[in-house]
Amino acid sequence: MPEPAAAIIGTGQAGFQAAASLRQDGFAGRIALIGDEPVVPYQRPPLSKSYLAGESGLDELWLRPESFYTQHQIDLLAGETVTDIDRTGRRLRLASGAELSWDHLVLATGARFRPLAVAGAELDGVLPLRTLADADILRERLDQAREVVVVGAGFIGLEFASVATARGAAVRIIEVTQHPMGRVVSATTSRFFTDAHRRWGARISLGTGVSRILGANGRVGGVETTDGQRLPADLVLICIGVIPNAELADEAGLAVDNGIVVDERLVTADPAILAIGDCANFPTPFAAGRVRLESVQNAVDQGRCVAAHIAGKPAVYDKVPWFWSDQGDLKLQIAGITAGHDTAIVRGDPDGGRFSVFCYRGGRLIGVESVNQTADHVAARRLLAGDPKLTPEQAADESYDLRAHTRNLSAR
Amino acid sequence: MPQITYVHINGTRTVLDVPVGTSVMRGAILNGIDGIVAECGGEMMCATCHVYVEEDQLGRTPTQSDDEKAMLEFTASERRPNSRLSCQLVVTPELDGLVVYLPETQV
Repeated sequence: MPEPAAAIIGTGQAGFQAAASLRQDGFAGRIALIGDEPVVPYQRPPLSKSYLAGESGLDELWLRPESFYTQHQIDLLAGETVTDIDRTGRRLRLASGAELSWDHLVLATGARFRPLAVAGAELDGVLPLRTLADADILRERLDQAREVVVVGAGFIGLEFASVATARGAAVRIIEVTQHPMGRVVSATTSRFFTDAHRRWGARISLGTGVSRILGANGRVGGVETTDGQRLPADLVLICIGVIPNAELADEAGLAVDNGIVVDERLVTADPAILAIGDCANFPTPFAAGRVRLESVQNAVDQGRCVAAHIAGKPAVYDKVPWFWSDQGDLKLQIAGITAGHDTAIVRGDPDGGRFSVFCYRGGRLIGVESVNQTADHVAARRLLAGDPKLTPEQAADESYDLRAHTRNLSAR
Repeated sequence: MPQITYVHINGTRTVLDVPVGTSVMRGAILNGIDGIVAECGGEMMCATCHVYVEEDQLGRTPTQSDDEKAMLEFTASERRPNSRLSCQLVVTPELDGLVVYLPETQV
């Protein structure tokens, strides 16, 4: 009998990790790693940070050199689009006309930039930031940009804004809610970063949307906001979130609900098909219900989990989620998922620029946001892996030794 | 170009020319050394580029930041006094001849 074959759709961090881990776990069959971007797998986080700022180059972006894939017998099909998943025949059809058979299929299709549906969004100078190609265009445009409007104050929008202000552009940030990064951080952290961006020179309009984008001769000239402001702009970044790439799964008859629906082992209703990374909607003990997470940690740990599953060691996915964002001289590190907290306890001094917010729900610690406070973040990741047993009073007391607390927990 | 020696767990040695300004981690990744994982890409968010520096060369390496010290708590292999995150060892002419030992496992 021939060795079983694995196909992985998506060459982002999740797809790359699944392929690399499959080999490491001793999977002997063919591995096809297929993605529509025409480059070897790369890291996305630097695209809105050091790479955008010109502080790092392509060599620092590649997850592995091209030789890695031949060395480990991973068939990297970069620049190929999968058009159809045939579940009964267990084949993939590619846009090039080729077909590929599989015994195990991993969907690591990621997510794509969510376009802004207003007039003028098609003008030259209105740009997204999701792929390496996007970052290359922005890097070049930022050189000439004088007046930048950032639409959407999530991680990527704020990271981009901090790079743009540091480059000397006049930056305006427009956010439809009252809380920048409000989907993922507490009000305290949100406010702290809002103040920091204002200090760095950005002007921020909260509770404001875009009614249309203005321009002349096909080029962007400004943004008209829902409260009637007309903001001049020669560059507009649209970063209002992403759309999970779930169409292939949907067309193949798999359940889709804010991403591809999988169980606690990351398996879809078809036991031979798994989904990981930004495109996967999975149950987690770290939130009240199902989640879909966009992060390096989620991509990497889920890639490892499905590789083990295919290699014959299935396990429940239960890794502590963590995230980070670099903005100016501030490093935000989050352990757990803080959305849905009912109590937020500040440890440290926000005015001094170093603090953490310990978020509780129903008396239980669910997540910790740390700013320039890596020691707290490290402790939080350890605490959340088990029963934290940390009271809000202990969290608030800076003299209470978190490290000793985690040690005592693991010693039990 | 400074030479960095990576000692694999089975004792074999790989000697690489690593350009000044490049980290010992990136040097390994670009040259296909499997004992370095570097899942966060050098952002000091993980501890999967852990190495042990040749003890008598420790004095030549750059000082450890508080962040690196904190993150070293996550090493999958035993943390020792000569443990470093190789993403923080940026190569300088002074590091020519540095020897680092790869740990048993990074995850």
